[in-house]
Amino acid sequence: MGLTLSLLLVGALALVAYALSGNMPAVFGIWVPYAASTLFLVGMVYRVIDWARSPVPFRITTTCGQAKSLPWIRSEPLESPSGLISVLGRMFLEVLFFRSLFRNSKADVHGGPKLVYGSSKWLWIFAMLFHWSFLVTFIRHLRFFTEPVPFLVTLAHSLDGIFEIGVPALYITNALILLALSCLLVRRIIVPHLRYISLLTDYLPLIMLFGIVLSGVIMRYFVKTDVVAAKKLIMSLLVFSPAIPDGLGAAFYIHLFLVCVFFALFPVTKLSHMAGVFLSPTRNLANTNRVKRHINPWNAPVKVHTYEEWEDEFSDRLKAAGYQLERD
Amino acid sequence: MALKLRHDEVMNFDLRPSGKGWMDTKPEFSKGTYCFSGVRKHVEYLEQPNPREWQPYDDDWKLPERWEETIIKGFEDRLSRFRSFKLFMDICVRCGACSDKCHYFIGSGDPKNMPVLRAELMRSVYRKRFTAAGKILGRLVGARDIDEAVLKEWFYYFYQCTECRRCSVFCPYGIDTAEITMIGRELLNMVGLNINWIIEPASNCFRTGNHLGIQPHTFKDNIEFAVDEIESITGIRVNPTINRRGAEVLFIIPSADIFADPHIFTFYGYLTLFHEIGLDYTFSAYASEGGNFGLFFSHEMVKRLNAKIYAEAKRLGVKYIIGGECGHMWRVMHQYMDTMNGPAETKGDPVSSITGTRFDHARATKMVHICEFTSDLIHHKKLNLDPSRNDAYRVTFHDSCNPARAMGMLEEPRIVIKSSCNNFFEMPENTIREQTFCCGSGSGLGTDENLEMRMRGGLPRANAVKHVHDRHGVNMLSCICAIDKATLPALMDYWVGGVEVCGVHELLGNALMMKGEKERTVNLRGEELAAKEKSNA
Repeated sequence: MGLTLSLLLVGALALVAYALSGNMPAVFGIWVPYAASTLFLVGMVYRVIDWARSPVPFRITTTCGQAKSLPWIRSEPLESPSGLISVLGRMFLEVLFFRSLFRNSKADVHGGPKLVYGSSKWLWIFAMLFHWSFLVTFIRHLRFFTEPVPFLVTLAHSLDGIFEIGVPALYITNALILLALSCLLVRRIIVPHLRYISLLTDYLPLIMLFGIVLSGVIMRYFVKTDVVAAKKLIMSLLVFSPAIPDGLGAAFYIHLFLVCVFFALFPVTKLSHMAGVFLSPTRNLANTNRVKRHINPWNAPVKVHTYEEWEDEFSDRLKAAGYQLERD
Repeated sequence: MALKLRHDEVMNFDLRPSGKGWMDTKPEFSKGTYCFSGVRKHVEYLEQPNPREWQPYDDDWKLPERWEETIIKGFEDRLSRFRSFKLFMDICVRCGACSDKCHYFIGSGDPKNMPVLRAELMRSVYRKRFTAAGKILGRLVGARDIDEAVLKEWFYYFYQCTECRRCSVFCPYGIDTAEITMIGRELLNMVGLNINWIIEPASNCFRTGNHLGIQPHTFKDNIEFAVDEIESITGIRVNPTINRRGAEVLFIIPSADIFADPHIFTFYGYLTLFHEIGLDYTFSAYASEGGNFGLFFSHEMVKRLNAKIYAEAKRLGVKYIIGGECGHMWRVMHQYMDTMNGPAETKGDPVSSITGTRFDHARATKMVHICEFTSDLIHHKKLNLDPSRNDAYRVTFHDSCNPARAMGMLEEPRIVIKSSCNNFFEMPENTIREQTFCCGSGSGLGTDENLEMRMRGGLPRANAVKHVHDRHGVNMLSCICAIDKATLPALMDYWVGGVEVCGVHELLGNALMMKGEKERTVNLRGEELAAKEKSNA
């Protein structure tokens, strides 16, 4: 149901943009982008501040390798960090290369019973393909947001089209992101336990991204959109003197509208994992528990059973057993 | 006690969930899959909420008035106190990487034992009560309100999680189900839902100092019994002391070590070792328990029970503390103790008086794991070991969850084992070290009425042992956890057969050639030593 509904929703969004953008370009070209950017920025800042407002009372690092202990035992700082540098290293691997997901395996129960664990890198591969394609695509798009265009953006742009297949040159990431999205979606549909746990909010981002990529591809390769006009609009938005140039068709508005809705949803959906991953206490804390005292801001006094109370309670038996008592 | 079900009766499931959505299915409290409720007098002794007579199989759980409000308030309070909890409610993308990492899921096929769904049991309520989308869209976005059925579901599945943290190793965001379960159990406890196998040990521990409720005179008797046994085996009379002021080291053990079988043999190992190296140490009858069952239902109780350790270290004026072989005890000592009850007020630093090694990695807590201490002795060649005395054993090692995934202590026990025996075989790599599988009985679930779930949850561990048992003839499963030692024997009997369980320091005690000992004819278990084969190495 989540899947069907997602398809309907995204279809409806596209239809709305298609039907109405011609008559109200200012809404779709100016107000929606402003509203979405505000929701995204304010929402994400709020989200992060909200998370950060809750303290980290205990240092609960998950150790995935040998800790630094005795000097002659080789430790694995990236799996069990012993300080800031190794935490940064661990986070770097986690955020950019999905280290933990790379460990993924698959358990099967055969007759006997006999358990078999297979390597299972598919999810990692799809996730890497998707996120990296998304990042490159995002960087590529910065050429619409900058003047002069930074070298790195131009580089991403030209590298992405390096194979020069077709005119205009096909972006590698266009193909890869579609492939990755398809795989992630198919995986969610055909793997029984994934289908079982999937919610509307799991399908919706995937379907939206499909819509975004497809409308982008259509614009670039099929209904040729005036990129100069697109850049003009975006630059005018950036300097807060918005003006709608001529020559932007429905495909552009569909693309823009879906992008806007997508970003507006970030703070209130699981997409917030983009920021949350940096805050995860099991990953971003060093395993230095016994080296340095970790302070819990709400550490409150508790009722304990003191030695004196204990001694009083058992004093006869303690005496009979020959214990030395404090109160003698 | 043995499980009556045949293997094929236990394995009558498919790991692929199907049928109705998870919100429309409810757990069945069938015999063998849940634990009995906390006994009233222990709930009262610990001053926990809503003491009463009730059982999970009753229809009426006798919940207090306005319990929903209590739960939601407690929920909100914990969202504001634990960033982990708040974050883990928000950022899961349901990628499914954790799903088949849980031993309970693998052994039961129950989809709600997938860590992701276990957490969704709480997230669904979180969405309904604390997010706008959940309030408006409800079930469409996976939100549902708390009601009695949901509460029962929480109870069922939060007490079907051993808080082993294996799933958190694989989660791309490090979401730790243990954290969610711990807080879930804390909320349940607020309305009087707890289990006796946790409440009773906690209550005993608070009162007497240890889980079993062993009083100081019996504590002493048990240690003397061990001294006698050691003398008959080695000819040497060791001389442990209790509550002795001015000792260099306070030695904390899980109390099962002084009375349960096979724990006691590990205890002999500790005593022979300390005697041999002349360590100046003392036990405490007041802090006679390192284990902490508070960890299994409330952060506050962890602190209440743990306070004795530092208090006693200070009273006795020791320089530092050594801790014995125990899993969750070490999660507390490593990740909670100093924060909760520190800073440590000892008279010195953790420095081995035998090797001179300064245990810098424990300089704040002043507490060293015995495997660290012993592997340091071995590294400095301070021990005379004859591993051939363990030749009857073909040994493998079960990494206990907490030392592996909360401390990162993987090598030290292996150093001790490899120096103490000649035949050591690792289990498959997906089942050891940070990927180790739980015994299936951790976090207070090791009780007999829960036997079916324990055997299910222990299947992945047992299956890996079976692999090395079949391939290498492994007949001894070593480990460094008291709950392992208590529960793995039944697990081995049910799934494998012909495999015994021991502590790492039992192996060491067997191999230890003590100055002035008589020729050993039996090992620490009193079993005849096999005719020694001359090693030509």
